[in-house]
Amino acid sequence: MAALRQIAFYGKGGIGKSTTSQNTLAALVEMGQKILIVGCDPKADSTRLILNTKLQDTVLHLAAEAGSVEDLEIEDVMKIGYKGIKCTESGGPEPGVGCAGRGVITAINFLEENGAYDDVDYVSYDVLGDVVCGGFAMPIRENKAQEIYIVMSGEMMALYAANNIAKGILKYAHSGGVRLGGLICNERQTDKELELAEALAAKLGTKLIHFVPRDNIVQHAELRRQTVIQYAPDSQQAKEYRILAEKIHANSGKGVIPTPISMEELEEMLLEFGIMKTEEQALAELQAKEAAKAAAAQ
Amino acid sequence: MSLDYENDGEFNTKLIEEVLSAYPDKFAKRRKKHLNVAKPTDEVSDEHEGAAVTECDVKSNIKSIPGVMTIRGCAYAGSKGVVWGPIKDMVHISHGPVGCGQYSWSQRRNYYIGKTGIDTFVTMQFTSDFQERDIVFGGDKKLEKIIDEIEVLFPLNNGITIQSECPIGLIGDDIEAVSRKKHKETGKTIVPVRCEGFRGVSQSLGHHLANDAIRDWVFDKKEVEFTSGPYDVNVIGDYNIGGDAWASRILLEELGLRVVGNWSGDATLAEIERAPKAKLNLIHCYRSMNYICRHMEEKYGVAWMEYNFFGPSQIESSLRKIAKHFGPEIEAKAEEVIAKYKPLVDAVKAKYQPRLNGKTVMLYVGGLRPRHVVNAYEDLGMEIVGTGYEFAHNDDYQRTGHYVKSGTLIYDDVTGYELEKFIEGIRPDLVGSGIKEKYPVQKMGIPFRQMHSWDYSGPYHGYDGFAIFARDMDLAINNPVWGLFKAPWKTAA
Repeated sequence: MAALRQIAFYGKGGIGKSTTSQNTLAALVEMGQKILIVGCDPKADSTRLILNTKLQDTVLHLAAEAGSVEDLEIEDVMKIGYKGIKCTESGGPEPGVGCAGRGVITAINFLEENGAYDDVDYVSYDVLGDVVCGGFAMPIRENKAQEIYIVMSGEMMALYAANNIAKGILKYAHSGGVRLGGLICNERQTDKELELAEALAAKLGTKLIHFVPRDNIVQHAELRRQTVIQYAPDSQQAKEYRILAEKIHANSGKGVIPTPISMEELEEMLLEFGIMKTEEQALAELQAKEAAKAAAAQ
Repeated sequence: MSLDYENDGEFNTKLIEEVLSAYPDKFAKRRKKHLNVAKPTDEVSDEHEGAAVTECDVKSNIKSIPGVMTIRGCAYAGSKGVVWGPIKDMVHISHGPVGCGQYSWSQRRNYYIGKTGIDTFVTMQFTSDFQERDIVFGGDKKLEKIIDEIEVLFPLNNGITIQSECPIGLIGDDIEAVSRKKHKETGKTIVPVRCEGFRGVSQSLGHHLANDAIRDWVFDKKEVEFTSGPYDVNVIGDYNIGGDAWASRILLEELGLRVVGNWSGDATLAEIERAPKAKLNLIHCYRSMNYICRHMEEKYGVAWMEYNFFGPSQIESSLRKIAKHFGPEIEAKAEEVIAKYKPLVDAVKAKYQPRLNGKTVMLYVGGLRPRHVVNAYEDLGMEIVGTGYEFAHNDDYQRTGHYVKSGTLIYDDVTGYELEKFIEGIRPDLVGSGIKEKYPVQKMGIPFRQMHSWDYSGPYHGYDGFAIFARDMDLAINNPVWGLFKAPWKTAA
């Protein structure tokens, strides 16, 4: 058995992290890999497509009911999904109360101490959109995930987020050995998206692992709580995810220490690609718009 | 009245330099601003306190520097430990993990009258004992449950306060919403206090937050049935350490005044609620409760006045000052009171002055005593050579100028190292500070008294307290143990 690979998916909220990761992992399991998913989001939707249902028994909810995590058994929180993928969810408080970050730390420690990581080839962490506090950085700290895959798109905020996550990885790269595995662009059909993704990857000192084209079949599968791999195994989109899975599998040990760029540099790049406009451009456009409106009113 | 002496300012200035020389430059520069030697001043007298004799300005109330020992506490200590804790008919919940409440349990000797566990709760410890799940899921549900349980177990409580420990602020629990809800259900006063320990630079912010909580959650919250009289006063900032407030109250009542509230030693919630109806607020500990006095002055027109009941000379002038506020009838009574206790004072002085005359004292205490006890020592013939505060602000150091003599060493938020070096350099006959300082000082061969807790003695306020104070200082200084300090085999044969 090869050494355990721990990977994590980060990215802006709503970018499609959970969808991308679950499809990729479904493809990986087809390749004969044994996989454990650790969902690190209080919403607990990192394993829904693998289990074909929302996981109810999260680590933290069961722990709260039982008293503390020490009262739990690993079997209580680990469910088996598509082709034997082991699924766990940290769970967490409802929005607006408590400390979800602390919950992630507690859950990961529990899983590790109780042997959830034994007999698997891959552990995959799926983390909440923004690394708002130390808890959500847990998978990249303390020698947990070795490779981080940033899911992004050609949208401005997604690019900002990707750069910020790279900063987070850099912070822990020297103490914990975490590396940036690469970018995964989830197509949003913005202008020059592929070029932009490649340019950002170059700036961050990494590569664009794969450009996942947009396809409605993903939504169709998701409505049925399935991955595309399971729902339409022969579709083009399933093929794309298999390619992504193979690329990630071949990427072992090739992660880099990222070179995040400054805000100014990032904005310059966005200007260059026409994603962001200069103030003059924006003003001119606004004036033209208003003039057109005025003309229409007359 | 007070003793006439001067401290060796030149020596003390040199001592400061010597102590600072051990620090790296940057650090020495910062600490230098907190150390000073009192200088003579000809400042014009202000109407409250008369003329200052010295100028003692140092930088104060800023963050302690990591890497050195500080003697300060935290905001939770200031609110729960000092201001709210002594209010006896309320239950004070240390809200958060168990340690803060457990290790501060009964630290201050706030004496009170009542049946503990029935209608008074000061020496009990209530904590929400946070577990991991309370952090992750929020502790508001647990807090509600605790309040319900308190209502069942201790139905005679008159209210509850929620004293926030650090995690409450970190996870953002809405303790205010819980308080409002439980107030609606029980009809009782429920006060959330945001005194998370990481806030501010010392316990001082906790005092302020606790004062604000009284303003926002107690005042004007219900009809207070109380018939006020012309001589009603509140004693503010007397925590009844070892019975201090009782010794003070005797004198105020003998003046013909009615003490309608004592904040907050031996206090009930009712005393807090009716405070705005009094005629005058008498502040003892200015640092911890001036905020609420200023508020009562602005909103309810209650005047306030600082006073000092440590040692006969200060008691006399304070009694006269207080009496003046109420007119000739009370002023005449003040003279009677002073005359009545003169034989006691004379007897104490006659007994202890010969044993204590000329003995030197260094103090390092909280927010009031570093200046307030100065004259009490001088009344016994003792001299204050150095003094400093843990958490004072500028106005405290200004006030210190009214008490200490020229040349006195002044140290703010002194570090463990500095204090030790100052004591070694000066070698006073007595050091008055806290429990952490006690044993190192005694091991240096120097007598010590705890001046936070009165070393399990007291009261020290009032005339009765003065007698005990004098006895205690004599016990410390003239204890035969100091003659046995040198190992017998080391004395020359």
